[in-house]
Amino acid sequence: MSGPPTLALVNVSKSFGAVRALREVSLELFAGEAHALAGENGAGKSTLVKILAGVHRPDSGQMLLDGEPVVFHGPVDAQRAGVAVIYQEPTLFPDLSVAENIFMGRQPRTTLGRIDRRARRALAAELFTRLGVTLDPEQPARGLSIADQQLVEIAKAISTDARVLVMDEPTAALSGNEAARLFSVVETLREQGCAVLFISHRLDEIFSLCGRVTTLRDGGLVAVEPVAGLTHDELIRRMVGRELGALYPKQETTAGQVALRVERLTREGVFTDVSFEVRRGEIVALAGLVGAGRSEVARAIFGVDRWDAGTVQVDGRPLPAASPSAAMAAGLALVPEDRRQQGLVMALSIERNIGLTGLRSLRRGLTISRAAERDRARDWALRLRLKFAALSDGVGVLSGGNQQKVVLAKWLATRPSVLVVDEPTRGIDVGTKAEVHRLLSELAGQGIAVLMISSDLPEVLGMADRVLVMHEGRLTAEIPRAEATEESVMTAATGRAA
Amino acid sequence: MARALRWDVIIGLLLVAVFAGGALGSPSFATADNLSFALGDLGEIALIALAMTMLVVAAEVDLSVASVLGLSSALVGALWDAGLAIETIIPLVVLIGAVCGLVNGLLVTRLGLPSLAVTIGTLALYRGLAYVVLGDRAVAGFPPGYVSAAVDDVPGTFVPYPVALFVLLAVVVAVVLHATGFGRALFAIGAQEQAAFFAGIRVKRIKLALFVISGTVAAFAGVVFTLRYGSARADNGLGVELAVIAAVLLGGVDFDGGKGTLGGVIAGVLLIGLLRNLLMLNDVSTEIQSIVTGLLLIVSVLTPRLISLLKPVRTGTSALKGIP
Repeated sequence: MSGPPTLALVNVSKSFGAVRALREVSLELFAGEAHALAGENGAGKSTLVKILAGVHRPDSGQMLLDGEPVVFHGPVDAQRAGVAVIYQEPTLFPDLSVAENIFMGRQPRTTLGRIDRRARRALAAELFTRLGVTLDPEQPARGLSIADQQLVEIAKAISTDARVLVMDEPTAALSGNEAARLFSVVETLREQGCAVLFISHRLDEIFSLCGRVTTLRDGGLVAVEPVAGLTHDELIRRMVGRELGALYPKQETTAGQVALRVERLTREGVFTDVSFEVRRGEIVALAGLVGAGRSEVARAIFGVDRWDAGTVQVDGRPLPAASPSAAMAAGLALVPEDRRQQGLVMALSIERNIGLTGLRSLRRGLTISRAAERDRARDWALRLRLKFAALSDGVGVLSGGNQQKVVLAKWLATRPSVLVVDEPTRGIDVGTKAEVHRLLSELAGQGIAVLMISSDLPEVLGMADRVLVMHEGRLTAEIPRAEATEESVMTAATGRAA
Repeated sequence: MARALRWDVIIGLLLVAVFAGGALGSPSFATADNLSFALGDLGEIALIALAMTMLVVAAEVDLSVASVLGLSSALVGALWDAGLAIETIIPLVVLIGAVCGLVNGLLVTRLGLPSLAVTIGTLALYRGLAYVVLGDRAVAGFPPGYVSAAVDDVPGTFVPYPVALFVLLAVVVAVVLHATGFGRALFAIGAQEQAAFFAGIRVKRIKLALFVISGTVAAFAGVVFTLRYGSARADNGLGVELAVIAAVLLGGVDFDGGKGTLGGVIAGVLLIGLLRNLLMLNDVSTEIQSIVTGLLLIVSVLTPRLISLLKPVRTGTSALKGIP
């Protein structure tokens, strides 16, 4: 690391109203370095990323590019300076081809001024070769997996000669294999002299990918240190500022009666002949790669999507197809994958969101009792240790972890006998994650049957009594807790073994 | 501070201002006769606006209401001509309005078509049917008892009977919208349909019901309109949908759904009614009246957006001031 850092922040502060999002934070990114940014939700990571991306301007402090002071007046300045940001949700134009997306706004031209498709195709192919991935430049972006879309974003970034690549939770929606491929691309770029700033809630990734880690807590800088020699526990302690206890507190429970029975459930072209059962007191994980059909099975069970064949029974009673209200009445609850679109009505308050699943039970006479609505919300908010100012606040002001607690509250308030959770801890901080795990474990202890879909392998292995694995729409394995390992689950998930 | 800036409150204040201005500027404005006329003239718009408010809160819209009104009027005329009793005609016509709404609703919920497009289609379709039913004719001579029920004031007030009915229904809709599970569901659907569906709310069934209500109310408004003018014509109520939507949006209901209050809409309806009345009293031509309605519509959609654009700027500057 000779010479000045490619990009550096020196004592940068930023406030939003009364909230001090960043307090005198410094960061140095050197060429050829993979640098992790760690911290809980609300620690200031997003603000820092937005400053690097030119979206926000710091209130005080300096930004240095190659040792020279620089001010980004907007995202365009950041791009010109060679800073590219890859967000968790890629923002491609779905109807345009991969190559068109990469060269959006600066398409290669022929001498006549028309778009040179052949050159564009060749340039895109060259970029993919440089990244070591195989993607068809002429394929439309619609239909690409999130992992592939991110690769397109990266190709777009390096086509503008980005020297600093900021990746904001790029792996949150990826399965193990896809993440591994992304990492090899990042590794390649790093070797080619890029400075990479990597943000992830998955600590394993930080440890395997990054050389140094900067930890933020409550907007302040806690530590900058090499990853080598650091342990998971030490890093978590820096992030949360306290001991967490066991990350996966699964209690031993005795499984009771079958609460959810799924038999030969089929939705043509999506999943086939899926049969399993979940007993009261059990946590059963549904593992597999993204696109294996796990969420789709959950959606069908809950009645959001229809199914073509098979049966679903809750406590021995068959459910009609495609009726969430019937599923709810039977005692089923679904904490969906997409918190912002499916889990919550972002424009409504905490209490209205929690009340939404109980419009019938909150009725006194013909109208909704506001007192009952508020009691229900307060009761569950306290039980789940929700951090909030007022129950009438919009859920939009809450952090991701607290939003997830509202979703859980809204469903637990229906007193379900079967709780289906789809990626319950995606994109939420370590502290809240541990709380969600403890909660799921308690719920199982109280006799609720829990079906948990998760792409987070340590979570699957730590929490589940049994692991069901799906591969390409079929259930390929059922692994008891004692035999579940990363290898056995991944082997089944990739379809390599029977 | 934030509460004082609420849109429905602003419209309420504006309403008071217009009323005061009108009373000062024109001696014939604040008379019982004129107010009775202004309110009566507003009856159909007000009734339809109740149903439209629920639709727009749920992020849907029904542009065919004026055509259903016209079809209803034409049917009243044709059936009266054919010798049916008015007691039979009214329920029959209202039922047909419900069917018109059902067709809209089925096209939107079963086929997943956007209501804006569907109801532009049925706007043309239902108006066309009205002409098929009655042609260019006008039918008059309805029973005086029914005509006076549509025109006369509630004894001792300057409130015509249809407006009194509106007040009654407005109370019902206000309760439904702001205090029942159905109302909660409407706001959730309008703000985030998918999340509402995932919460077990029967989104399609509710939307279907809204369109049926809208058609029913529009047909009933057609009956009132016909009796009030004592004349059934296929072109009755032409363009009323614009006044209704202008009133709803002016009342602060977000066209994207999920936001709004019935109080705001009532203020919006009255504001549009008073403005139209004032323009009429001052002999302003109908063309100018139409221009004013159009401008109000645009202003009512634009202003809340401008306010919300200004807000982040404000917090931004105060944040800068906070830095020592």
